[in-house]
Amino acid sequence: MNNQLNVEIPSDSEVIIGILNNSDSVLKKLYLGYFPMILQLVVNNNGDEDEAKDIYQEAIIVLYNKVKRGDFELSSKLKTYIYSICRRLWLKRLKQLNRYGGDIKDFQEYLPVEDEVEKHEERDMQLNKMGDALKLLGEPCKTIMEDFYMHNRSMQDICERFGYTNSDNAKTQKYKCLQRLKKLFFQQ
Amino acid sequence: MKDNQLLEMIERYLNGEMTVEESAQFDALRKKDATIDAKIAEHKEFTTLLKQYNERLSLQSRLDEIHDEIDVHTLKDDLMAHPSWIVQLWRHHHSKISVAASVAIFAVLLTLYSTGSLTNKDPRVVPLREEIHRIDVAQRNLENKTNSIIKSDKTGPTISAKFRGTGFALTGNGYIVTNYHVINGADSVYVQNAAGESFHTKVVYTEPQYDVAILQINDPAFKNLGAVPYRFKKAKSDLGETVYTLGYPGDEIKFGPGSLTAATGFKGDTTEYELFIPVNPGNSGGPLLDDKGNVIGVITGKQTQTSGAAFAVKSNYLLKAIQSIPADSLNKSLILNTKNSLAKLSRTQQVEKLRTYVFMVKVYNQ
Repeated sequence: MNNQLNVEIPSDSEVIIGILNNSDSVLKKLYLGYFPMILQLVVNNNGDEDEAKDIYQEAIIVLYNKVKRGDFELSSKLKTYIYSICRRLWLKRLKQLNRYGGDIKDFQEYLPVEDEVEKHEERDMQLNKMGDALKLLGEPCKTIMEDFYMHNRSMQDICERFGYTNSDNAKTQKYKCLQRLKKLFFQQ
Repeated sequence: MKDNQLLEMIERYLNGEMTVEESAQFDALRKKDATIDAKIAEHKEFTTLLKQYNERLSLQSRLDEIHDEIDVHTLKDDLMAHPSWIVQLWRHHHSKISVAASVAIFAVLLTLYSTGSLTNKDPRVVPLREEIHRIDVAQRNLENKTNSIIKSDKTGPTISAKFRGTGFALTGNGYIVTNYHVINGADSVYVQNAAGESFHTKVVYTEPQYDVAILQINDPAFKNLGAVPYRFKKAKSDLGETVYTLGYPGDEIKFGPGSLTAATGFKGDTTEYELFIPVNPGNSGGPLLDDKGNVIGVITGKQTQTSGAAFAVKSNYLLKAIQSIPADSLNKSLILNTKNSLAKLSRTQQVEKLRTYVFMVKVYNQ
């Protein structure tokens, strides 16, 4: 089609191995390789480049998680899979925005991926809830939670960082913070 | 056991930080107490979600970093379906375009209507219609003229008779008597019987002095009537005698009863009788019969000043006229009947027999 589409597209197996190994270069190749295809889909179906970016990143995350979970089977081409996910996501978005004209202009063949997109959206909702709960939690609890549960820091590090005199105090503080976070999360 | 201590134990258990002994104890506790088991599962799920949230954030930031390297605008321009810009325009703005088009069409129609361009009244049509009307009138005038020319050419028996009178048979072979004034100036004379059949006749003899005319039917369609049933009376009839006549004052034969009122006619004319009898101009030439069915005269006319008074030529003057006919004028014998076959019949029977011998006389001239 044009020069931009001539970027190097990694092979499907290369992508899967790269994701499993947390390879930044493979992720970059993957992202750059298929973005034009999705941009084309979205801008030619009532969307703009920012919406294309959102949709595409969501699809990459779906693929990434699927590969990480280890249940990605190469039953179809990666290209077709990404296109199908994006197509499904974009259709849903168009309907939500009341911009759906009744048909969609397609550029690739696609698969039925309704169930997968459904699962992803459920999980996405949970994660967004978690993000909101963390925002409401406030300091120092937020940092303690992030350090301990997300960045896997030891209680020793946390004690020193926050100046707790003994680790029991720190543990009590951590416990209280977790209880508050759970309360905020489940209240939503 | 306090909740925070339990949490610490759960975390140590999940992270694999317990000694074998501790782990075994905790396993036993977990089996015994379902609430602890549920708490372990819940904690595990929640912390996994926290970790996933972190992973998502980091992945998102990595993707954003990569995305920033792309020249999206150039790429977008390249990928836009340029040939279908009109389709894009339609997709984005079709409602606006539709409204604009409707307004435009309406405006055009309104303009056309207000300027009169939309009506069917093409100004060229009107003169053309007038032209057609003019031609139509001219044609009709021409037709009328032609018709009148054709009509004026027609002559003869096809048109209705100009004069009418009555006549009656002298003999069965076609001699008929009527008034001279009925046939005077005629080009052709026809007689019509009670059945409506017309026959052409020839005027054999006229006697203007007695107002008598003798006709002869010379039509091939005519058949012999047979002997006439009445006799021609030579003697004078008496006053007060009951008389009657048959004639064609109209299209139908008509019976007229009356009386003989004077021996002389109009202004003392000795050739005529005066009668009290209902007659009309069409009765002229009809027979005047007495009670016994003898012909005593020929009806000639009506006095206009005296109502009810009519006149008839006396039968002996009729006989005189017949005798004066030159022999070479007759190609058939004219021998009058001397036998009266009506005498013993009633009036209605007499009339029934007589009607065959009484004719309508139709006269044509130009």
